[in-house]
Amino acid sequence: MALDPYIIERWRKSDLLLLGGSAGSFKPIYSAVKAFPKNLDKAVLIVIHRKKNFFSEIEKLFAESSRMSLREVSDKDVIKNNTVYIAPANYHTLIEKDRSFSLDVSDAVWYSKPSIDVAFDSASDIYCEKCTAVLFSGANPDGAEGLFKLRKNGALTIAQNPLEAEMPEMPQSAINMEAAQYVLNTKEILELFQL
Amino acid sequence: MHVAAETITTPQITEIIDLVKKIYGFDFSSYTKASLKRRVTRIMQLKRLQFYDLKHVLVNDKGFFQHFLEEVTVNVTEMFRDPSFYRAFNEQVIPYLSSYQHTKIWCAGCSSGEEAYSLAILLNQAGLRKKAFIYGTDINTECLKEARKGIYSLRKIKSYAENYQMAGLAGSITDHFTIMYDAASIHAELKQNTLFSVHNLVSDNVFNEFQLISCRNVFIYFEIELQERILDLFYKSLAPLGFLCLGSKETIRSDSFRKKFKVINQKENIYQKIGS
Repeated sequence: MALDPYIIERWRKSDLLLLGGSAGSFKPIYSAVKAFPKNLDKAVLIVIHRKKNFFSEIEKLFAESSRMSLREVSDKDVIKNNTVYIAPANYHTLIEKDRSFSLDVSDAVWYSKPSIDVAFDSASDIYCEKCTAVLFSGANPDGAEGLFKLRKNGALTIAQNPLEAEMPEMPQSAINMEAAQYVLNTKEILELFQL
Repeated sequence: MHVAAETITTPQITEIIDLVKKIYGFDFSSYTKASLKRRVTRIMQLKRLQFYDLKHVLVNDKGFFQHFLEEVTVNVTEMFRDPSFYRAFNEQVIPYLSSYQHTKIWCAGCSSGEEAYSLAILLNQAGLRKKAFIYGTDINTECLKEARKGIYSLRKIKSYAENYQMAGLAGSITDHFTIMYDAASIHAELKQNTLFSVHNLVSDNVFNEFQLISCRNVFIYFEIELQERILDLFYKSLAPLGFLCLGSKETIRSDSFRKKFKVINQKENIYQKIGS
């Protein structure tokens, strides 16, 4: 299936790319990070569920394979173009009006901190239609509500095809509430990121 | 089709901030808006209030305001949150404190006291308990009551056990508590040299001189200008070579303050006051 011109146009207009996922999302997100060209001309925020206190090797792995500069979000970081940000464990990541990050330690959402819903929801307020979001594999519905808000505010919203996802519940929840404008396979998603 | 939950708009948030400031004197205008908005939305959902109703109860019901304050200020805390911070504290700060005659510690934004007692346990293990005094402050009087009691649910204490182990401390976290049914009460000796009282970082001033100030995961709720105002308050409240501990994602950014604080541990954001 070739990508339609509308999705390509929307993608090109985006200043921010949001990637969310939980169990089974590491592989597709990792291949996305590897595939990003140096001048993607967007900022990227990755929100993956992870356990606190364990310095996962995620940042290291990502940094080694990314052509874009990559860092874990720190409080009040100004969002820079051509930079990949990773939401830290044990905090929620939010976006402020001046396009900077703020962190929050309030209760977990769907047993998760960082919560994808929280990040997506706040991005939807600030970036509106200048945003593309993809929800990948995961075993709980976090992110679906956030994707719905993004869609409502004009963002381009995509769910990984649940048939292909290791854990279908997360993208499926988004599809069920009509939060995803497009349902794509990882291959197509990666193709879009090259355009 | 799915309907998104009611949310509050930015102008409405500003209206609420103004209202609260006028009636109750609490100034939230320099709090980060994204998380403030999220929490006010949460209150509206929990209480099933429309924006108009929220304004109405805020104006007319003092009891509701107390509840509002509790929900709006994040009081989620853990004992030994970020174990690597406590390890660094033990290695890099405790040796300094041991050399002092007396150590006064300010735990700013202490919530229900978990962090203050984590420090008390650390000092106790280092043999410094008797020459240290911990002041815990917060704007939330209900939280301060909890802090003074030092009683936590057993379920919570169990959830802190992993942090405790990873912080590299001897024994087990329950060694510091008396367990009664499903509650755990911090040992009286650990409570002895503590004092919990109201202090609002936004509007209150210097009240003592400290060898160490710990203010972790409080700055994240403040905009940069307010952070800097409070950094100045901390600077003035610290004795020469006093320590400042911020949360692990909170860094001192401004050049003027970077000159006033030496970095002791970059990753854990432990600083030391230099100059006078």
